[in-house]
Amino acid sequence: MSRRTTGLAIEAEGLTRSFGETRALAGIDLQVPAGAVYGLLGPNGAGKTTAVRVLATLLRPDGGHARVFGHDVVSEADAVRARVSLTGQYASVDEDLTGTENLILLGRLLGLPKAAARQRAEQLLTAFGLTEAAGRQVKKYSGGMRRRIDIAASILNTPDLLFLDEPTTGLDPRSRNQVWEIVRAVVAHGTTVLLTTQYLDEADKLASRIAVVDHGRVIAEGTPGELKSSVGSGTVHLRLRDADQRPEAERVLQATLSVPVQLEADPVAITARVGGDGSELDAGAQAALALGELSRAGIVVDDFSLGQPSLDEVFLALTDHPAVPATDERDDELEAAR
Amino acid sequence: MSSDTATSTGRAPTVFVPSSEALATVLAPGARPPRPSPLSASLTFSWRALLKIKHVPEQLFDVTAFPIIMVLMFTYLFGGALADSPRDYLQFFLPGIMVTSVVMITMYTGVGLNTDIEKGVFDRFRTLPVWRPAALVGMIVGDVLRYVLAAVVILTVGLVLGFRPDGGVFGILAGIGLLVVFSFAFSWVWTFFGLILRSEKSVMGVSMMVLFPLTFLSNVFVDPSTMPGWLQAFVKANPITHLVSSVRAAMAGTTDASAMMWIAVWSAAFIAVFGTLTMHRYNRR
Repeated sequence: MSRRTTGLAIEAEGLTRSFGETRALAGIDLQVPAGAVYGLLGPNGAGKTTAVRVLATLLRPDGGHARVFGHDVVSEADAVRARVSLTGQYASVDEDLTGTENLILLGRLLGLPKAAARQRAEQLLTAFGLTEAAGRQVKKYSGGMRRRIDIAASILNTPDLLFLDEPTTGLDPRSRNQVWEIVRAVVAHGTTVLLTTQYLDEADKLASRIAVVDHGRVIAEGTPGELKSSVGSGTVHLRLRDADQRPEAERVLQATLSVPVQLEADPVAITARVGGDGSELDAGAQAALALGELSRAGIVVDDFSLGQPSLDEVFLALTDHPAVPATDERDDELEAAR
Repeated sequence: MSSDTATSTGRAPTVFVPSSEALATVLAPGARPPRPSPLSASLTFSWRALLKIKHVPEQLFDVTAFPIIMVLMFTYLFGGALADSPRDYLQFFLPGIMVTSVVMITMYTGVGLNTDIEKGVFDRFRTLPVWRPAALVGMIVGDVLRYVLAAVVILTVGLVLGFRPDGGVFGILAGIGLLVVFSFAFSWVWTFFGLILRSEKSVMGVSMMVLFPLTFLSNVFVDPSTMPGWLQAFVKANPITHLVSSVRAAMAGTTDASAMMWIAVWSAAFIAVFGTLTMHRYNRR
């Protein structure tokens, strides 16, 4: 039996929400196709968490409306709840209970009889590599294990739409990879995933479409490829041997690449965006060209790397301001709601 | 943050590698079970409350040690002065101190809810397609167990110190029953404050500010006839006074019909007003 859904999983129009003076959502529009990972990319405080909380029926919008699989998130909240699950940024399992107890509790609340809930819990714990920790309280879990029990709890009823709010923030690289594997498996089985993240590479690896969010608005939307080419597909990082040569290097790079060049805090470091829309050459060729010109000018380059643009660079390009982490949204909400 | 290895156990680290077959098994969509009834959902939430007591038994301190201290302290502090002896005073005083202690414990319902919300687990509960009040009803039902426990602890101390109620076993059960029904209703006041106040500390502060006058300005410690008129007026209207009168009567083997009627009215009013306010607040955020 398949519950694969086609069409739009989420349609949101002009969602607004303020917490006191803070305008968390300033008119968000979203169209999330079913059956894939959709990334909401933005810095802390951009409005990602608030958007997720509105779509997951936890928070009422001040204005605008949103439908999840055709159901309004305010007037048909119950129908929405029956089809979605949320793994929040904060522990969304009970830390005082063991892994098994948490899963049985949720299984029972979703209507499973006792024996079936226990069986489902064991099955999930095995699949998520938590069998050994099953009888331990969740507060004693490591960061990676906690994320896994959280996601296991969210897929207990194989939801049609899964919200993952910054699922890898604070995780070490290995745990991050495990979460990515799980997300891919979840999507492969027909669940739509709305993923929020601060990392471009994470959105790039997982999402088939990305919306860049800033100050409560979507400022860019498209496939990862479209977004990156609008910013420049890569960044050249250079370290010079002699800091005195940096002004000369800056001049050479600007002349060769005709792109913005950035001087880093480190007096020998300099970066430039390459592979943008206007260029005939790909990023690698541009980088090679730049290195050649620098060498001809007698500038010694000790270290060189070509990487993806960082979120900061995407932001700089899209908004002309860096992605400064603002205050935590949920704190704002807790403050304002009381 | 920490890695995958459970360092606290000192066991050899095992690295979890997600297996696509295992994940496929758990991700295969099955038929969705019918949603649980309001009763079943509430009971599941009260099971959670019991599990929390199992894992954090220290939280029973306030329903065991605190009531014992209350009984011993006031019996010997006031006993000689207000009655012929502590033992005589106890016959009058025990139902009252039982009410005071249990009603004071109800404030932990608000504190617990506030902590839960702060930690984020309520976000998951609130996205579940279950009967909305279930999480709160279940929580209070779990707390009712703590009320019963506190009442039994106080009764035991009382019996040891010489409390001999005329109502016998049946009278005692009826008295505790009245107390528990009222406390269940009264807990909804604290769920409301637990939802609207900013921190655990402010919930405690507000609770104390309400509970101290409510329990002390009543007929728990002394006969109200010695009080000035304006205070008597407050004491007579105080639901704690009615509760103490009806529990005292039940334990003495009689019935105070008017006090019992007042308790029914107050209990219904607390649930109607604060239950509604709580659910409004719970759904609104």
